[in-house]
Amino acid sequence: MKRHLISAADLSRGDALLILDTAEELASLADRPIKKLPTLRGRTVVILFFEDSTRTRISFEAAAKRLSADVINFSAKGSSVAKGESLKDTALTLEAMGADAVVIRHGASGAAHRLAGWVQGSVVNAGDGTHEHPTQALLDAFTIRRRLKTGSTRGAGLDGIRVTIVGDVLHSRVARSNVLLLSTLGAEVTLAAPPTLIPLAVDGWPCAVSYDLDSELPKSDVVMMLRVQQERMTAAYFPSVREYSRRYGLDATRMARLPDQAIVMHPGPMNRGVEIAAEVADSARSTIVEQVANGVTVRMAVLYLLLGGTEFPAVAE
Amino acid sequence: MSAGLGRGSARAQTSWLIKGIEVAGTGGHGAADILLSDGTIAAIGAGLSDAGAYVLDADGLIALPGLVDLHTHLREPGREDAETVESGTKAAALGGFTAVHAMANTEPVADTAGVVEQVWRLGRAAGYCDVRPVGAVTVGLAGARLAELGTMADSAARVRVFSDDGRCVADPLLMRRALEYVKAFDGVIAQHAQDPRLTEGAQLNEGEVSGRLGLAGWPAVAEEAIIARDCLLAAHVGSALHVCHVSTAGSAEIIRWAKSKGWPVTAEVTPHHLLLTDECAVGYDPIFKVNPPLRTAVDVAELRRALADGTIDCVATDHAPHPVEAKETEWSQAAFGMTGLETAIRVVQQAMVDTGMLDWHGVADRMSVRPARIGRLAGHGGPLAVGRPANLTLYDPAAPAEVVGPGVSKSSNTPFGGMELPGRVVATFLRGTPTVLDGKLT
Repeated sequence: MKRHLISAADLSRGDALLILDTAEELASLADRPIKKLPTLRGRTVVILFFEDSTRTRISFEAAAKRLSADVINFSAKGSSVAKGESLKDTALTLEAMGADAVVIRHGASGAAHRLAGWVQGSVVNAGDGTHEHPTQALLDAFTIRRRLKTGSTRGAGLDGIRVTIVGDVLHSRVARSNVLLLSTLGAEVTLAAPPTLIPLAVDGWPCAVSYDLDSELPKSDVVMMLRVQQERMTAAYFPSVREYSRRYGLDATRMARLPDQAIVMHPGPMNRGVEIAAEVADSARSTIVEQVANGVTVRMAVLYLLLGGTEFPAVAE
Repeated sequence: MSAGLGRGSARAQTSWLIKGIEVAGTGGHGAADILLSDGTIAAIGAGLSDAGAYVLDADGLIALPGLVDLHTHLREPGREDAETVESGTKAAALGGFTAVHAMANTEPVADTAGVVEQVWRLGRAAGYCDVRPVGAVTVGLAGARLAELGTMADSAARVRVFSDDGRCVADPLLMRRALEYVKAFDGVIAQHAQDPRLTEGAQLNEGEVSGRLGLAGWPAVAEEAIIARDCLLAAHVGSALHVCHVSTAGSAEIIRWAKSKGWPVTAEVTPHHLLLTDECAVGYDPIFKVNPPLRTAVDVAELRRALADGTIDCVATDHAPHPVEAKETEWSQAAFGMTGLETAIRVVQQAMVDTGMLDWHGVADRMSVRPARIGRLAGHGGPLAVGRPANLTLYDPAAPAEVVGPGVSKSSNTPFGGMELPGRVVATFLRGTPTVLDGKLT
C-alpha cells in the first residue's frame, strides 16, 4: 500500500481486499469485553477537520483510540485557521508536533493531496471538497460484502454485485470514491441521477449511467442514496425538491421493485422525505446504522495498515 | 558573442555592428550584418564595417523585430509585492520584448488618465521596454458604466487598447457601446471572454479531468458564446474587437468564421495554452491554475493550427505574477495566473517552430508585427529595414535546457519551472540601446 490514502484510485484490488480482510479480523474483536488493542501505542494521530462532520470525526477518533494511538483533535473553527492561517502553516505546525498520521476533512478538492506534500506522516483523506472520501467507500464495500456474500468473506471481492448510486454524483465525494473502489472490487456500478447532476465527461468512468431510476431498481443488488445538499435545491439543478423526490427519491413503492436480497445504503446524514422515505430508511433492507458501526472498524484497519502497527496478528489469533 | 561591456558602457555605446546573423523575414538569404546607429537601423548587408561600432559576433543567432506583448500584468500600482513596472519590464527585456501593454486591473484600476499616465511614466523611467497602458473599459472594471475612454486616449499615455481583462464585459449593450465609441480614436476593445454565470465558482476546464478531480467545471462554451456574440457586435457596428487569450478549439473556429466574413476581429493565444493541458492539474498544484483554464490536448492542437494559419493573430503572454502565498495553498483558494514574459519565445519555439508549424518569419509576425499593429504601436513590429527604429531581439534557437528560477520577475509562479525548453534570448535592443546583452540585463 501507498503511504497515504487520498483517493480510492490509489488502491489496487489487493490493497482493498487487505483492508477489508483486516477490518474483518478487527470486527471479531468488537465482541470482546476489552475492545482496545495496543498496536498504535505511542503513535500520534491528528484529526484535522476544516468542516463540521461529527459522525466522520468521531468515527476516526474511536478507530484511533481503539488502537491505543494518541489522538489530537484539531478543529478549524475557533482556531488559528479561522484567523487566516494557511493550510501549509497548519501542516508545518502538525509536523513540528510529530504527527504520525493526519486525518483531514476539508472543503477544497485536493486539500489532502496538498497536505501530503507538506508533512512526513501518512495522510488519510476524510473527504476533500467534491473530490473523494475513500474510507466511506471502504466501509460501504465492507458492508456490501458482509451483507451479500455468504460463507467466509475473506479474500472475496464484489464480483457480479450490481450497485446503483442515486443522486448528486456531480458534487459527491462519496460517489467518486465508490465508483472507483467498487469497480476495482468487481462490482457493476450504475449512476442514476438527473443529467444536471452527472459530470459532463462521465464516459471515462468505470460505470454505467442512467437517468431512469425505476428501470434500474429491479437490476440492483445495492441501492446507494446520496444526500441532496441544500444549496443544490436553489441552483436550477432540478425544478423543485418535490419533483426530485418524485423522480429520484426512494420510497416504499420503489423499494418494492428491488430484488429480495437487495440492500439500501446511505452515507448520512439523510434528508428523510427527500432522497429517502422514512419507512425505507428504517426498513430491514437499510444498512445505514450498520454502515456507521463498520466505519470504525474499517478506519481502524486503514490506520493500522498505514502506520504499520505491530502486535496485531498475535492479538487477533 | 563578445559582450565584454559593463552596464554603463553598453548603454553609452551608440553604434553596434551585429555580424553574421540570420534576419527573420528575409526568406533565408543567409547570414547578414546589421549596423545600428543612433537608435535606428543604419545598414543591413554583407561585410559591413564601422570603425566606431561595437562588434557583436552573432553567428547562429536569429534577428527578430523586438517582441511586443499585448497582454502583461505589471501589477503597479497596488500590488508591488508581486511585480513593479521596473521588475516586469526587466523580465520583458530578458524575454526579448521591446514593448508591453500593461493591463488595467491594478489597484486603483487604470480607468482614468491619471493612472494610465502614471504607469506610462514609470515605464519610461525604468527604460527596459516601452510600456503602453491598457485602459479599463468600465469604471473600476465593474461592468456598469464606461470609463473615460477618450480622455485616456488623449492623455500622454495615448491609450488605444481598452480591456476589463480579468473580467468580461458581459453586458451586451455596454460592449456594443464601447466598441462603437472607440472608433472615434481608432481604439480597440480587448475582451476577456468569459460568461460570468456559466463560470460561477469554476476552477478547471469542464471535462474528464475536472470530473475526476472534483473541481468545478469551466465550460468551453462560456468563452465561445461571448466570442460569438462579440464578433457579431463588432460586425454590426464596424468596430475593432480583439479577443484575449483564446483557449478553446471552438473559439478558434468562431474567429476563423468571423474573419472569413471580413469582420474586424483579431485574437491572441498565450504560450501556456499552446503547450499545457488540464492534465497538469492532477496534482492540484495551483501553479497550473489560470484564467482561462488549461484545456485539453485537442484544444492545444487546434490553437496551434489557428496560430499557424493566422486565424489567431498573435501570441500574448498574459504574464500574471503572484506572490508565493497566493499559490502555496489549496487549489480553490489560489490566485489565477502564471508568469510568462521570460519564457514566451522559448515556448513558442517548442510548440510552433520545432513542430514545423511556423518558421522564424512567422514568429516575427505573430510576436512582433501583428501585436504592434493591433496595439497601434508605431516604431515597433518591424520590419528590420534601414531607417527603422532599432528595436530588435537576437535569439539563439539553442538546444533545450531546463527552465530554472527565479527569474527577474518579482514572482516565481511559472508553470514551466523544471521543464526543458529550447532557445535563449541573447540580446534585446530598444531604439539601438541594449537592454539585454549575452542573456543578461545591461
